[in-house]
Amino acid sequence: MYEYDWSTIPAALPILWEGMKITLQVTLTAIVVGIVWGTLLAVARISNSGPLAWLAAGYVNLFRSVPLVMVILWFYLIVPQLLRAVFGTALQDIRLASAITAFCLFEAAYYSEIVRAGIQSVSRGQISAALALGFSYGQAMRLIILPQALRNMVPLLLTQAIILFQDTSLVYVIGLADFFGASYKVGDRDGRLVELLLFAGLIYFVLCFAASMLVRIMQRKTA
Amino acid sequence: MIEFRNVSKWYGSFQVLTDCSTKVDKGEVVVVCGPSGSGKSTLIKCVNALEPFQKGDIVVDGTSVGDAKTSLPKLRARVGMVFQHFELFPHLTITENLTIAQTKVLGRGREEAEQKGLKLLDRVGLKAHAAKFPGQLSGGQQQRVAIARALAMDPICMLFDEPTSALDPEMINEVLDVMVELANEGMTMMCVTHEMGFARKVAHRVIFMDQGRIIEDADKGEFFGTPRSERAQQFLSKILQH
Repeated sequence: MYEYDWSTIPAALPILWEGMKITLQVTLTAIVVGIVWGTLLAVARISNSGPLAWLAAGYVNLFRSVPLVMVILWFYLIVPQLLRAVFGTALQDIRLASAITAFCLFEAAYYSEIVRAGIQSVSRGQISAALALGFSYGQAMRLIILPQALRNMVPLLLTQAIILFQDTSLVYVIGLADFFGASYKVGDRDGRLVELLLFAGLIYFVLCFAASMLVRIMQRKTA
Repeated sequence: MIEFRNVSKWYGSFQVLTDCSTKVDKGEVVVVCGPSGSGKSTLIKCVNALEPFQKGDIVVDGTSVGDAKTSLPKLRARVGMVFQHFELFPHLTITENLTIAQTKVLGRGREEAEQKGLKLLDRVGLKAHAAKFPGQLSGGQQQRVAIARALAMDPICMLFDEPTSALDPEMINEVLDVMVELANEGMTMMCVTHEMGFARKVAHRVIFMDQGRIIEDADKGEFFGTPRSERAQQFLSKILQH
């Protein structure tokens, strides 16, 4: 019978908090950059410009068709080598930067699909009305269509953010000590892996469940 | 003011407008009617290039709509348009709906725009609703705000695309009253509408369309008295019975 021993956890909290900071840093950066970049991709994709729409569609389909773990590894292993080949300098520890880059670019593909659906949920008459008043296409998007689209998409964007928060644990493949990675390391060091992973799982659960309850409340309010 | 010169338009291989020529003089009120699918809404949307056309040209106050060098936003800012489904911006208050294009397109100051917007809102009898959102207003009220929003741009002419078709019957008149008043003040207007009472009251000319062609283009008296085409006679007999 396995004897549970939770006593190592309090002492490990500062290390776990350091890990959580990395997790939050990756998550929040990827949310902000992902939504901005994803919005640009979505607007490009529905634009009348052929090449731009084609490039945006290609980008989205590429990133949505490869596993996230692979993207994280690419940006850790391959891109730095390319950069080194180009700039000829050795890089410092790039684990965090490469993870953030990978997440931003990857999440943008998913966010762009959410934004695209959001834009298409705004009635066609709205863009006509905006154009008829003399707005340029860009102004009409920025002032009239996107604010309405964003409001419609808030629940979906938050749901995607929750998934993203969980997915950041994949950075363990490049040895980055996020919350999950830190828990694993501490558990391994103290021989209390089971306890630490259960504890980490509980924290993930509490945070994500609370966030999804929040989404549900917001949905009820906007519906 | 608005001159159509042999305008033709296709959706793919389907021709929606065929050789449409007519004109609307300054201060004139022209009603466009016809069965659904006859191309009347499409025709009116060509005036401010919301619908592109492939042949012919439309000249609005000396500006060619079909010319690739024409700045469409500039042209559209001078042509007011009112839509069937109002198309107020639901995320903005009534006041913001009235001012956003004035400030962002015409570059007016905020205060000036608000003054102008509220004056027009008062004119359509809705001053008390300035702080509300469009969703809190009835259809008829929304359409009146939409008219005020278009007027706030000081348009040289106004286009109405079935402005009362989406309204409950008891709200139609409040919108028509505003339009009649506008017509009496000498606004140049082109109205797609089935409201023949409105046409009789204020229109100078009536254009009848069928299958993408202008079949009849006559003075009001002539149109309601003795329409020349059989198709227009049929149409009138159907909609005037009630």
